[in-house]
Amino acid sequence: MTATDVQPVYVRRLLMDAQPAPITMTGPIGWLRANLFATPLNTALTLLSILLIAWVVPPFAKFLVIDATWVGVDRDACLPSATRPEVGACWPFVRERFAYFIYGSYPVAHRWRVDVFFALLAVGVVWLLWLKAPRRDLGAFYAFVVLPIVSFILLRGWPLLGLPTIETAYWGGALVTIVVAAVGIAVSLPIGILLALGRRSRMPAVKLLSVIYIEFVRGVPLITVLFMASVMLPLFVPDAWSPDKVLRALVGIAMFASAYMAEVVRAGLQAIPKGQYEGAMAVGLSYPQMMRLVILPQALKITIPNIVNTYIGLFKDTTLVSIVGMFDLLRTIEAARIDPKWATSVTSATGYVVAAIFYFTFCYMMARYARYTEARLAKSDRR
Amino acid sequence: MSETMQPVETPKARRGGPKMQTTTNEIAVDIVGMHKWYGDFHVLRDINLQVKRSERIIICGPSGSGKSTMIRCINRLEEHQQGRIVVDGVELADDLKKIDEVRREVGMVFQHFNLFPHLTVLDNLTLAPIWVRKMPKREAEEVAMHYLKRVKIPEQANKYPGQLSGGQQQRVAIARALCMSPKIMLFDEPTSALDPEMVKEVLDTMVELAQEGMTMLVVSHEMGFARQVADRVIFMDAGQIIEANEPKEFFAHPQHERTKLFLSQILH
Repeated sequence: MTATDVQPVYVRRLLMDAQPAPITMTGPIGWLRANLFATPLNTALTLLSILLIAWVVPPFAKFLVIDATWVGVDRDACLPSATRPEVGACWPFVRERFAYFIYGSYPVAHRWRVDVFFALLAVGVVWLLWLKAPRRDLGAFYAFVVLPIVSFILLRGWPLLGLPTIETAYWGGALVTIVVAAVGIAVSLPIGILLALGRRSRMPAVKLLSVIYIEFVRGVPLITVLFMASVMLPLFVPDAWSPDKVLRALVGIAMFASAYMAEVVRAGLQAIPKGQYEGAMAVGLSYPQMMRLVILPQALKITIPNIVNTYIGLFKDTTLVSIVGMFDLLRTIEAARIDPKWATSVTSATGYVVAAIFYFTFCYMMARYARYTEARLAKSDRR
Repeated sequence: MSETMQPVETPKARRGGPKMQTTTNEIAVDIVGMHKWYGDFHVLRDINLQVKRSERIIICGPSGSGKSTMIRCINRLEEHQQGRIVVDGVELADDLKKIDEVRREVGMVFQHFNLFPHLTVLDNLTLAPIWVRKMPKREAEEVAMHYLKRVKIPEQANKYPGQLSGGQQQRVAIARALCMSPKIMLFDEPTSALDPEMVKEVLDTMVELAQEGMTMLVVSHEMGFARQVADRVIFMDAGQIIEANEPKEFFAHPQHERTKLFLSQILH
């Protein structure tokens, strides 16, 4: 037996104060170590990313800025010449056709109506999404009741008010894209919620109808739905009744998005523990009260990332309306890029860059908003 | 039939007056020949139980014996297939209105609290009074604060359930049930999910409630609590009531072999 210092009884006499963290964990060095070079794999990925950036960014910068044409009145400015063998983006083309990208063939004299619509829509979006905005209940009323009615009158026109009717055939560009996306987004969530509740209903008829709807629409490509809405519908109803082309596409998109939304919401509903339903029932809440006050607020909260994901998909799917003859943003760019006045080897690429910037901006904003709400939820979960 | 002749009492009148003994009906819960199946599995077999007003009943038994299922039948969280359950003079059947009526009068406390995590403590408490009892918000908040004081956590009113300890959450859950001024309280293993340090604070709250004359059915293995407050202890096994007795006799002289075995396992 050797004598050891280990004693069976130990009582701490002095409590230790908290010490500052070592320098390798704080400051810029700590940040680099934690985020870029934490492990060998991390280091390798960091280096790889740097290489990738070095490989991709310069050609883009060269095309978009360095070699780009900035002034000109027609295709001649964007043609390669002996003095300019490398030609980049043709920005004069974009500048000249920009209004067409935004408004399509909407009459020039009435384009202010579209501008007002964009402004009203922006107000509604901010009012709804800014969580600390005043009177958000009023905001919801504005966004879901006032805005659709006013926008319809404004865009379509109401001669009695001095707003001449402008047929939807003239609508185009970003206007169509945004209208289709906004309606799809606003309509798909409530209908999706109803379908999700229907699918989980204990009433067999409601459940069956919901399942049939969801599975049928999900089982068919969006293009098919749009074709059916725009080509087959007129075959069955007299010409006079035939709904407007934009309206048909809107219904098609909204139907399609609702089915997907229903499945997203259903996943959220299933993630809510059974105890929440029981707790709500035990205090005497009725089924609608339980859903509205207890289950849906929690289910929708955890579903926000997936809802936004569906919205992003929907936003990009709006490009498919061009197949049924509508001039959405992408279609206007398509039309403009083959215009002989501007046709050069770089015009198409320039137009597509504009489309990419447009779609990326909107989708990325949606993604960022989802991240922001997620972060907020993560914080409230930690409470 | 004579019951139907009595004046119908409104919830409002009841809230104003004393909580107990407002009806002449002395039986709070009457279960007669009740059976329940989960698919082919016969979980509850021939349950007969009468609970008088202000009676405190502790239900114990091995896990899977059907204790929880039985009390969950009383507020229709579970459906029974045979027999009768009459709660406060209302028979539970498929009639949704009757079910809602019963649930308004029966409070329930769960093993895992089942508080609403997205609402503050105060909102948890006022939700049902506002939406079910149609109580004005101010009044509901006053009632809620009253019960929060009674369970000794008024200072937590504006926190979220996730910020509270298990014992505090369970006390909030008790207060939430009390805010509906229930005539009967069901407790489904209220202390089983708690850290040992927190069991006492919850049991103390329940003892107080018992002393005030609340009709209580408690599924619990807290034998000290049973001794202290129970009028009757019921032992269940294999979906049946095996033995029921007043606590002293129950613990001192269990009759059935199964009861003896069970008690020898849990009392050491």
